[in-house]
Amino acid sequence: MTLKVRTVQDFINNGESPEILFWVGCAGSFDQRAQKITRAIAKILNSCNVSFAVLGTEESCNGDPAKRAGNEFLFQMQALMNIQTLNGYSITKIVTGCPHCFNTLKNEYPQLGGTYQVIHHSMLLQQLINEGKLKVQGGKFLGKKIVFHDPCYLGRGNDVYEAPRDVIKKLDAELFEAKRHRENALCCGAGGAQIFKEAEPGNKEINIERTEEILESKPDYIAVGCPFCITMLSDGVKTLNKEDTVKVLDIAELIEKANDL
Amino acid sequence: MIQGIVFTLILAAGIYFFARNVGRIRRNILLGKPLDRTDRPAERWKTMLRVAFGQSKMTVRPIPAFFHFIIYAGFLIINIEVLEIMIDGVVGTHRVFSFLGPVYDFLIGGFEILALLTVIACVVFLARRNILKLKRFWSREMTSWPRSDANIILFTEIVLMSLFLTMNASDHLLQQMGAEHYKQAGYFPISSMLSPMLSGMSIGGLIAIERFCWWGHILGIIAFLNYLPYSKHFHIILAFPNTYYSKLTPKGEFTNLESVTQEVKLMLDPSLPAPPPPDTPIRFGAKDVQDLTWKQLMDSYTCTECGRCTSVCPANITGKLLSPRKIMMDTRDRLTEVGKNIDQNGAFKDDGKTLLNDYIKPEELWACTTCNACTEACPVNIDPLSIIVDMRRYLVMEQSEAPTEWNGMFSKIENNQAPWQFSPADRFNWKNEE
Repeated sequence: MTLKVRTVQDFINNGESPEILFWVGCAGSFDQRAQKITRAIAKILNSCNVSFAVLGTEESCNGDPAKRAGNEFLFQMQALMNIQTLNGYSITKIVTGCPHCFNTLKNEYPQLGGTYQVIHHSMLLQQLINEGKLKVQGGKFLGKKIVFHDPCYLGRGNDVYEAPRDVIKKLDAELFEAKRHRENALCCGAGGAQIFKEAEPGNKEINIERTEEILESKPDYIAVGCPFCITMLSDGVKTLNKEDTVKVLDIAELIEKANDL
Repeated sequence: MIQGIVFTLILAAGIYFFARNVGRIRRNILLGKPLDRTDRPAERWKTMLRVAFGQSKMTVRPIPAFFHFIIYAGFLIINIEVLEIMIDGVVGTHRVFSFLGPVYDFLIGGFEILALLTVIACVVFLARRNILKLKRFWSREMTSWPRSDANIILFTEIVLMSLFLTMNASDHLLQQMGAEHYKQAGYFPISSMLSPMLSGMSIGGLIAIERFCWWGHILGIIAFLNYLPYSKHFHIILAFPNTYYSKLTPKGEFTNLESVTQEVKLMLDPSLPAPPPPDTPIRFGAKDVQDLTWKQLMDSYTCTECGRCTSVCPANITGKLLSPRKIMMDTRDRLTEVGKNIDQNGAFKDDGKTLLNDYIKPEELWACTTCNACTEACPVNIDPLSIIVDMRRYLVMEQSEAPTEWNGMFSKIENNQAPWQFSPADRFNWKNEE
C-alpha cells in the first residue's frame, strides 16, 4: 500500500503550497523500524487533513551527527545545502519526526541563513488535539501503563516536556514517570553520534542502564519521541528479555494504534 | 592605638594580596577567546538572582541544599558582623554598631544562631565526605588535594564560628562584670550557654580570651579570604558573574564556527571573493586553554567540584573514563599552570604541554552523548559540554583523529547524504512499504 504523501515539488507543479513541511530525517527515511514512525505521522496528518509535503529525495542529512562529533565542516556543508533547498521552496513551517533534526533546524540553521518555524511532531500532535482536529480514541489502551522516556534533544535540549505527555494523556492509559525524568532524564546512549560507534570501555551499556530503570515501573509500553531512543530502548528491552511484555513505541504510533489508522 | 595600627596593616596586606591574586585570575580568564554575553541583561540579572542568589538549582537534592543554604546565609549575614569588627579594629572602638540598641541585639542574636547552625552544617558536610564517603566525593578525579581542599574549608569555618561564639561568651561575661570598655550591648542566645565554662575567671583572663578570639576570628577571615583564589571555594565569588553570563540559548544549540562558515561557503561557491588571510592562523576547536572562550575559563574557576555533573553523566554512570567535573578541574589546573608560566616568563613560553592529551584524553571526549545532563545539574550553570565539543572539533578537524567508525559515518553523509549506507534515491521509499 502506498501512502498519500506529496512532495513540495508536486505542490508547486500544481500551483499550490503546503501548509507545513514534514522533515522526515535519515532514520525516518531509511531505518526499517523508524519508517513505521514516519508512516504513522503521515497517516495522522492525512487523517486530520493537514496540508503537508515532504522533500522526498531532495532531503539530506541535517548534519547533527557530524556537528556533535566535532565535524563542523561537514555539518555546515549539509546545513547550507539544505537551507538552499528549503529557501528555494520558500518553506516557513517545518515539523520533524526526530528531536535531533528538530534541534538542528530550529536552533542551528538560523545562524547559517535558514530561519523557519520548526516543531517536533509531538508538538504538532498536541496542537491538532487542542484545535479539535485530532480526536484520540483511547479505548485500546484502557488500563495500560505507559512510561514516557524524554529524548535529550526534545526535553533538556529544547524544554519540550508537556507536548508528548499531553498527547499520551489523551489515551485511556496511566502515564508513569521513570525515576529520572523530565530535566533529570537519563540519556538512552545514542546522542552525540554515539549510535554510530561502539561505546568506550566501561562496565555497562547506557541503554541497559536506562531500560532497567524504565522497566522498574513495570510498563506495558515505553513511549518515545525519537527514532534513536527507539533503537536503543528496543535493544535494551530485547537484551533484558522483556520484548514479549513491553513494547517500545513512538507517540505517533500510539495514536496510530488508538485510532486504527 | 598600637593594636589599631597593627590591625590596619594586616588588613591592608590581606586585601592587597587577595586583590593581586584575583587580578591574576582575571588575567587568566581573559586569556580566553572573545564571546559576547552582554545581550538580554534583564534575563541575565534574573538568572543570577534565581540561580546564584536564590540557589534554585541546589533544591534538586534537598538535604545538601538545606545545609548549604545555612552556610550560605551564615556567610552573607555574618559578614555584617565582620564589618563591625573591622571598624572596631581600625578605630579602636568596641561594638561600634551597638548604638542600634534593640536592632543590634536582634542582629547579634541572629548571628549567633546562624553561627551554631553553620557549625552543625559543616559537621554534617564533613561526615558526608569522610564518614559516609558519598560516591561523588571519592571518584577518580577526587585525588588528595581536592578532598583536602574541601575538608580545610569546612574545618576553617567551624574554627571561625567557634572563635566568634567564644568571643561573644567572654564579652558577655565581661559586660556582666562591668569591665571597662565592655559596654552592655548585644543579645547572646548561644554563647551564653558557653559562659559557664568561663565563669570564675578574672577580668584579665576573660579579656585575654576575648582578645585572642577576636584576633583569631578576624585573622582567620583574612587568611581564608586569601585561601579562596587557590581553592574550589572561589565559587562564593564567581557564582554570581558566572550565572549572569549563563548561556541563554536552548541547551541543544551548539555554537556556530564562523571561520568554518567562510571556508564552506567558498567551497560551495568558488566564485565568492576569498576573505583576507587572518593575522594569526585560525585553529578549529580547542587544543589548549587559550583556544577556549573566557566564559569557559570562568566556568573552570567557578567549579566547586561538587560532582553533580559527573553523578548524572550517562557515560560516567556506566563506567566510562569521562567525567564532566574532571573536564572542569583539568581546565582550571592547566589554566593555573599557563598563568604561572606567564608570571615567570612575562609572556607564555611553550612548555610542550596542552590541555588535550596532557590533561584530557581523547577517550574521555569521545564518550560524551551530548545529553546536557551535566549542564542541567550544575548549580552555577557551568557548561562542561561546550569544552568537550570544542576539543572534539580540534581532534576531528585539525588532527583527523576521529574514531574510525565516525570517519565512516562522515563519508557516508558526504556521499549518500545519510549516516548509513543507503542510496539517496531510496529516501522516499518509506511511503511504499507496509
